Amino acid sequence: MTSLELAQQLRAKFPGLISEPVEFRGEITLKVFDAERMPEVCAVAKKELGFDYLVDITSVDNYGDDPRFSIVYHLYGYSHLCWLRLKTEVSEEKGELPTVTGVWRTADWHEREIYDMMGIRFRGHPDLRRILMWEGYPYYPLRKDFPLAGKASDVPEVAFTNAAPLEGGPFVTIAGGKDTVAREPRVRIPETEALETNARLERRQDIKEAHGHSHGPGPIEGKR
Amino acid sequence: MAEVRDIEFKETAARLAEAAQPLVPSPSGQDGDELKGEKMVLNVGPSHPATHGVLRIVLELDGEIITGARPEVGYLHRGDEKIAENFTYTQFIPYTDRLDYLAPLANNVAYALAVEKLLGIDRQLPPRCQFIRVICCELARISSHLLGVGCYAMDCGAMTVFLHTFTEREKIYNLCESLTGARFTTAYTRIGGLSRDLPPGWVEQCRKFLNEVVVNIDETETFLTRNRIFLDRTQGVGVIPKDMAIDYGLTGPNLRGSGVEHDLRKAHPYLVYDQLKFEVPIGTTGDCYDRYLVRMEEMRQSVRLVHQCLDQLPGGPINVPDGKIVLPPKDRVLTRMEELIHHFINVTQGVNAPPGEIYFGHENPKGELGFYINSKGGGTPHRLKIRSPSFVNLSILSRLLPGHMLSDLVAVLGSFDFVMGECDR
Repeated sequence: MTSLELAQQLRAKFPGLISEPVEFRGEITLKVFDAERMPEVCAVAKKELGFDYLVDITSVDNYGDDPRFSIVYHLYGYSHLCWLRLKTEVSEEKGELPTVTGVWRTADWHEREIYDMMGIRFRGHPDLRRILMWEGYPYYPLRKDFPLAGKASDVPEVAFTNAAPLEGGPFVTIAGGKDTVAREPRVRIPETEALETNARLERRQDIKEAHGHSHGPGPIEGKR
Repeated sequence: MAEVRDIEFKETAARLAEAAQPLVPSPSGQDGDELKGEKMVLNVGPSHPATHGVLRIVLELDGEIITGARPEVGYLHRGDEKIAENFTYTQFIPYTDRLDYLAPLANNVAYALAVEKLLGIDRQLPPRCQFIRVICCELARISSHLLGVGCYAMDCGAMTVFLHTFTEREKIYNLCESLTGARFTTAYTRIGGLSRDLPPGWVEQCRKFLNEVVVNIDETETFLTRNRIFLDRTQGVGVIPKDMAIDYGLTGPNLRGSGVEHDLRKAHPYLVYDQLKFEVPIGTTGDCYDRYLVRMEEMRQSVRLVHQCLDQLPGGPINVPDGKIVLPPKDRVLTRMEELIHHFINVTQGVNAPPGEIYFGHENPKGELGFYINSKGGGTPHRLKIRSPSFVNLSILSRLLPGHMLSDLVAVLGSFDFVMGECDR
C-alpha cells in the first residue's frame, strides 16, 4: 500500500472535508479544511488506516496571510511503513483547535510546544502549559512578528529579561560602523604609511572621543 | 511506643499495575490507615548528575514510591528554530552540532540530507560522499552509545564502566579531530557534500580504532551483562509495553527495546544503507535492561557497518558537481567568472531552494531526528522544525515513573539516554 492510496482512502471517508492529495518529493500532503474536525480525521487515520505513530505536530506562521497559522501533522504507520502529512489552518482571531491527545498520547508535548512557541491553544488538552519558555513569559517567540533579538519583558526572578545585544554589543562588528576602523584595522598597510595613517586618525575628532571614553589605548599609543 | 512493622515492597509488576491506575489524591484521614501519610514533593534537577544535563523532574513521593512525576524541560532552550529562519541553509549547519552534542556528526548528516531532499538532490550524491557520511553516522552512534552505557552504569553504581567507555570515546574524538578539525563541534557536512575529504592515513586509524572498540565493548559486557547488582537494578524496571511505546512516539533504541522492529535505516534506506549488511536488535520485555542490551548490540552492528564502508569506499568527488549548490574550488573562484559568481551568490544568498515542504527522518543514535522544512523559495527556510527524539522520549516519564521506587529513577533515566541540548533546542 502506498501513501497515495491511503490518502485517497482517508479522503473518501470524509467527503468534502479533505483536499486532493499534493505530492512533493514523494511525500503526500492532505489539507483538512475544518480544524474543528481534526480529532475525528486523526482517529479514523489511526484506527482504520493504521497510522499508529504520530511523528510530529508543528505549526507554521504565515504572517500576513489569512488564516495566519498552519498546523502540520506527520503520521506514520508501522504496519504499512507509509508517511502522511495532514495540514489544517487556524486564524489568528480564533487561535484555537481541538486536541488530538485522545488519539495519540505523544501529541501532549507537541501541542504544548506549539502553544508555547506560537500561542495556539488546544481545546481539551489535559495540561496546556508552557514547556520550553518559563511560566508567565508574555510573548510567543516563533511568531514572525517576534524579533530575533527578543523583546524585553518584566518577568521577575528570571536572569535575562532584556533583548539580546545585537547592535552595539561587545561582540558585534557592524561593517562601516563608527568605531570599526579604530577597533580593528582590517586593511594591512605598509610600515612607513602606518605612521601617516595613525597621524591622520589622530586628527579625527570622533575617533579620539570614542577612545577617550573607554577603549583604552588607541592606535597611537599602541604604536608607540 | 509505636509497633515496628516490616516494610513490604511489592513486586514490580504489582507496583506497575497500581501505577497504571489514574492518580487519585489520597483520601486523607478517611480509612484510618496511619501509614498513608502526607505525600512528599521532591525536586530532582535541573542540575543533578543523573539527569544528564538540565532536566528537572518534580516527583511526588509516598515514602519511597513515586506516585507522580512532572518532567520540566526547557532549561537549555536556545531558540534554534527561530535562528534557522534567519540564516541560510548552510549557515545553520554548526547549530546542528549543538542539538545532540554527543553525536554531532550524525546531526550534520541528518540536516544535510533534509535540505538535499528539499533541493531534490538526495539521490544524486557522489558515492564517496555517501559512504563517508555512513561512516560518520555510525561512528557517532558508537560514541553516543558508549557514553550512554557508561553514564547509565555509573548512575547504577558501576563507576569503572564509565571510565572504560570514555577511553574509547576519546579515540573517536581523535578521529573526528583529524577528519573535521574539531573534536566536538564538527560541522562536517555541507549542502550537497562534505567540507573536506578523508585525510591521508585516516582509514587505517579508523580500522585500528574499530579493532580496539570491539574488545572494549566485550569487556563492558563482562562488567554489566551478568552483573547481579546491575541486573537487579534494571531487570523488570521501567517496563514499556509495545503499544505504549508506539502511543508515546518513542523511537530509536528505546522503541526497539520494547520489541518494535523498526529502524529507518532498514525501513526507508537513505545513503547506501541498502547496500550494507546489518541486523536490527530488538528487546523482548521493554525494561531498562533490554534497552541496555539493544545499545550494546547496536554498537557491534555499527562497527560492522563501518568496516563494510571502509572496504567498499570508492574514490571520486565528494560534492555534487553543481556550483549553484556547493562552493566551487577556490583556485577556480579566483580565475573564472562563472565560479566567482556562483561563490558570491552561494555565500551571500545561499542555495536557491524551491518552494515546498519536506520532512526527513534520520535514524540518529537517540532515535528519529526529523527535520521539517517549509520553504517559500530562496536561501532561508520559512520554518524549520526539529523533531528531536529526546524531547519525545522524555514525554513518557510522567506515565512511566509512578509506581517505581525513587532509586529506580536513575536507572530509568540512564536507560533512556537523552540529551537536553536536543530536547530543548
